[in-house]
Amino acid sequence: MIRAPHRFAPIQRLLHWLMALCIIAMLFIGVGMVSTVAPKYLPLILIHKTLGVALLILVLIRLALRLRLGAPPLPADLPPVMKLGAKLSHLLLYGFMIVMPLLGLGMLWAAAYPVVLFGGIEIPALLQQSDRGHTLLWNAHVYLGLAFFALVLLHLAAALFHALIRRDGVFATISPLPQRERMKPAE
Amino acid sequence: MKLPGRLERSSLGSLILIAAVLGCSAAAFAYSAGWLSPGRLTPDRMIAALTPPSGPPLGHRRNHAKGICFTGTFEANGNGVELSRAKVFAQGRYPVLGRFNLGTADPNAVDATVRVRGIGLQISAADGEEWRMAMINPPFFAVSTPEAFHELLVAAGKKEPEAMTAFTRANPEFGAFAAWAKSAPWTASYAEEPYNSLNSFVFTNAKGDEHTVRWSLVPTAVPVPIAQADLQKRGPDFLEQDITDRVRSAPQRWTMVTTVADPGDPTADPSRAWPENRRKMQVGTLAVQRIEAERDGPCRDINFDPTVLPQGVRVSDDPFPAARSSVYRKSYDLRASEAGAYPRNGAAKP
Ligand code: HEM
Ligand code: HEM
Ligand code: HEM
Repeated sequence: MIRAPHRFAPIQRLLHWLMALCIIAMLFIGVGMVSTVAPKYLPLILIHKTLGVALLILVLIRLALRLRLGAPPLPADLPPVMKLGAKLSHLLLYGFMIVMPLLGLGMLWAAAYPVVLFGGIEIPALLQQSDRGHTLLWNAHVYLGLAFFALVLLHLAAALFHALIRRDGVFATISPLPQRERMKPAE
Repeated sequence: MKLPGRLERSSLGSLILIAAVLGCSAAAFAYSAGWLSPGRLTPDRMIAALTPPSGPPLGHRRNHAKGICFTGTFEANGNGVELSRAKVFAQGRYPVLGRFNLGTADPNAVDATVRVRGIGLQISAADGEEWRMAMINPPFFAVSTPEAFHELLVAAGKKEPEAMTAFTRANPEFGAFAAWAKSAPWTASYAEEPYNSLNSFVFTNAKGDEHTVRWSLVPTAVPVPIAQADLQKRGPDFLEQDITDRVRSAPQRWTMVTTVADPGDPTADPSRAWPENRRKMQVGTLAVQRIEAERDGPCRDINFDPTVLPQGVRVSDDPFPAARSSVYRKSYDLRASEAGAYPRNGAAKP
């Protein structure tokens, strides 16, 4: 077996934080744009679509890196329930990152609405107009979007719990700051 | 480090900090979503104001609910390239999909009772790039801002007549529209109506020059004025009957005319027409060649969102297209989700 790394690789850390910022922006822009009729609606939805598609590409790169580079192990003394919770929630976060942009695109395709991104880039439709399909994708995008935000909050709480209360080095595995490998070595 | 059995002081502080971070994040999210600002004008509130007391027209558009589909071509004469590099201005013929409609939330309205007539239009370039628009027959819009439109809908929905008086006092621009509605001649055909963009857009040509433009579809059929009382003697769907008959015998045509604003013209206010002497240009002809009932026609499932624009056309400082886009999206979401209530195959009208 390969020796497990103590931290995520720099590129993984970079992607984690870049995408975290963008996804939080996407969630806020999403609920903000659907609740306004002001002129900012148009730039907001343009950013939402463009950034959403960019995130879809990024998550694929990130997953490929994850499969190649792996992840540092969780602390040995972390209770099994917490370990399971961490694994499951990370799996779910990856799931949301893949599914949300696909639902967004699908929703527009099923509405026969052209998907034009920043710079006039047009994404060809892969679905036909369908009332039922649109409704399903729209509801999924809205409700999973809210669930995604809830999960991000939970993830944030867990990260702070590790960093401030357990101080077990989990936060350091993904911390954006370069630092000496001085956390407690994991098993 | 082991999780201590009893929380230390610093841990308690950390817990409070964590709770505060979560609370603030959730509050910021709720604020963005408008959950803490009931006064914000949202697409939902606009739709609620459009909804008649009898309830929403399930499965139908939330406004301009009654309509009929058509297909045809846009024949560009090439003049338009001077103003915009939109591909459909290059000389040629481009396929068109559209919808004649009435400005009402009632899909079963009697044609003679609706003052505002409209057209939804989609012109496709050879590479599939789309230009969508939705235009109406008055020469200017009823109000200056989307907010005022919302207030108009609310006031018009109230029983007390003072509501409208108060609205007109606060929005004097509405007077001109009311006068138009009262005195402008009616016609007996969709084919005899002009359709105006009213909203302004910025055209960019190949050299990068920009102009703020409004446009109109001017009918080639000669308008024959007729009293509303005479229209009321006709059937409830005489407009649909008429356009079907006319198009069956010959394509019906409109000339597309662009009008360029001078500096200082009110580009942000569709309730104010620009002076008559502004530069006008004929850029092409719309030919309507085939009519189809909405329920099995190709226009039913299209959102004629006026911000679906080709390269070479973009929104101006006019606040309406953004407001319309957000509300039309919501209207589409709703009507698609209610498709089961739409009389798809049954007897069309009660
Ligand atoms: C939209 C926001 C975010 C998303 C989608 C996200 C997603 C993820 C995912 C999928 C992992 C697992 C990595 C893997 O095992 O391959 C992870 C790890 C981690 N994230 Fe986030 N994250 C977000 C925001 C945050 C924030 C705001 C923080 C902290 C304040 C944070 C702290 C951490 C930490 C400490 C880990 C490491 C866990 C470990 O070592 O197993 N994340 N994140
Ligand atoms: C990480 C990716 C994404 C996230 C987190 C996200 C999140 C959201 C959220 C929270 C909303 C508001 C839902 C509501 O409260 O009604 C929303 C709406 C919307 N999103 Fe996304 N989105 C993502 C990607 C995309 C993509 C790629 C597209 C299209 C290309 C898209 C198109 C839309 C549209 C059109 C709406 C408005 C839906 C409606 O008609 O009400 N989204 N999104
Ligand atoms: C803020 C102001 C406005 C609001 C809230 C509004 C609302 C609506 C709604 C909800 C629809 C139905 C959309 C759908 O389900 O596809 C609609 C359709 C339409 N509107 Fe507006 N509208 C506004 C301004 C205008 C203006 C300024 C014009 C004309 C210049 C216009 C012309 C039309 C036309 C022609 C249609 C029918 C399009 C079709 O056949 O699908 N509207 N409007």
